[in-house]
Amino acid sequence: MALSNETIQNKLIEKFGDQVLNFSTASGILSFESSKEINLKVLQYLYEEPSLAFTFLTDLCGVNYPDNVGAELVVVYHLHNFSENIRLRYSISTSVNETAVFTASKLFESANWMERETYDFFGINFVGHPNLKRILNVDEMDYFPLRKEYPLEDQTRIDKDDEMFGRG
Amino acid sequence: MKCLEEGSLIKRVNYKSTGAIKNRMEQQTHITLPKGSIEKTTTTLNIGPTHPATHGVFQNIMEVDGERVVSTEQTVGYIHRAFEKLAERRPLYQITPITDRLNYCSSPINNMGWHITCERFLKLDLPKRVDYLRVIIMELARISDHLICNSIVGVDTGAYTGFLYVMQYRELIYEIYEEVCGSRLTTNIGRIGGFERNFTNTAFTKLEKFLNEYPKVLKEFENLFARNRIFMERTKGTGGISAERAMNYGFTGPNLRAAGVDYDVRVQQPYSSYQDFDFKVPVGTTGDNYDRFLVRNAEMYESISIIKQAYQKIQEFKGTDAEVYHADVPEYYLPKKEDVYTKMEALIWHFKIIMGEIDLPKGQIYSAVEGGNGELGFYLISDGGRTPFRLHFRRPCFIYYQAFEELIKGGMLSDAVVTMSSLNLIAGELDA
Repeated sequence: MALSNETIQNKLIEKFGDQVLNFSTASGILSFESSKEINLKVLQYLYEEPSLAFTFLTDLCGVNYPDNVGAELVVVYHLHNFSENIRLRYSISTSVNETAVFTASKLFESANWMERETYDFFGINFVGHPNLKRILNVDEMDYFPLRKEYPLEDQTRIDKDDEMFGRG
Repeated sequence: MKCLEEGSLIKRVNYKSTGAIKNRMEQQTHITLPKGSIEKTTTTLNIGPTHPATHGVFQNIMEVDGERVVSTEQTVGYIHRAFEKLAERRPLYQITPITDRLNYCSSPINNMGWHITCERFLKLDLPKRVDYLRVIIMELARISDHLICNSIVGVDTGAYTGFLYVMQYRELIYEIYEEVCGSRLTTNIGRIGGFERNFTNTAFTKLEKFLNEYPKVLKEFENLFARNRIFMERTKGTGGISAERAMNYGFTGPNLRAAGVDYDVRVQQPYSSYQDFDFKVPVGTTGDNYDRFLVRNAEMYESISIIKQAYQKIQEFKGTDAEVYHADVPEYYLPKKEDVYTKMEALIWHFKIIMGEIDLPKGQIYSAVEGGNGELGFYLISDGGRTPFRLHFRRPCFIYYQAFEELIKGGMLSDAVVTMSSLNLIAGELDA
């Protein structure tokens, strides 16, 4: 039986009710969100339910939306079911002041370093991670460089401004 | 004899010598060794960041018991260049040179992967001829990538000749790149919508030369290793991983296929008209160094076959179709220089593209290509600005390098070196 985006959506709604929300499909990939408290339950259900079997974690990364107060930081999981050849995007959001999120590294070994990278760049604190420390940046760093508040350019330069990039 | 200080573990010997040596011995009484370092039965060995046995910037802090590896900790990030942050302030076409520097052994695949991501995001349709030209370039890049990896495995098991011999064919591949885009290693090849220029006759002549000569050379290279007793003993059964563990660790590409999973992005989610080609996906069984070698070797033959098919398809285009090398997308594809000087419309588009005045649509996309090492993914989020709001590179190396400890644990130190090269770790892709 071919697995379709509707089937996945129905199964998730059947299992989690209104805790999973904001379903949408962009370029063929179904995306949805949930509260950060149930992220492990959702991932485990997607992994262990035989008809879904999302056993491959393609990608895990963070995003910073500074304007979404209370949900500034987002963790995006890209999952893949190899035998049905279908992808899924799942995201959870957390406040910049309370960055604790449960780790997926017990379920996927591959999440280990990807979570360390996400911690390194966004300061998302993965609770239960076996070795949560910086990976690409130096240990002495005291800021999280991919957050939007961290400037890319030298702030004393006046020849470059955001207006040139369409968000003035 | 003076009393030993608390914590000093080196005993003072009553050394019957004079002068300088005695003074030095006196000073040594004050050396304090870390706690437990005398009782310890294993040795800590630091390999890297630069070391002749690691091809690239890698550090491994290994605990070895004699020659057996007890544990290791990989340190990465020595050439981190903040590509994801940089990409947030660049229009799409300026991100291409960044992608060159990911897996620099096959930078054209990275470039094409990025163009394909942009084209899918902007919903641009490409002429078939462009797709086929891209397939040729991408498969050449795959050959040059696998070629380096396999010959380096040979170097690390003690056979230098193969490496030097096949290097001249990598050189020929680089000459083809040079003919198409003007550069060799960090290629910046192609544009959103196609290529910046058509393939010249010289490029096709060189391609024909490559197709004629390389299969024989590859066969010789294969004969040198595939049934070589020394090579087999060094690589069989070392650095192996099961299919389940490999999937759990996020392996993709030849390393996953060597473990027995036939996952190939070119087949599962075809891009650039890969569905028009007939090719096999080689798989291994044990996922060890030998299988990885064989899978890469077999993939090179498949790549040659794909290039031949693509070249044949290109020759079938006649008339004006045979001159097409880019799509008609003036918003993203730079006009010809002579048109910019003579035509108003071309000048306007040129200005708009260069100044980055074209807003992107809102939305997000994840798009992947089969890179030299596995699934190279681009996760692009746009908020409607002129640059990506967020761009994340899914780098296959970074994800599978974390399995290194599991691959080499309990094995010999010399096998760890071979395992590292047969994984085809590229520092540029690891650190982004």
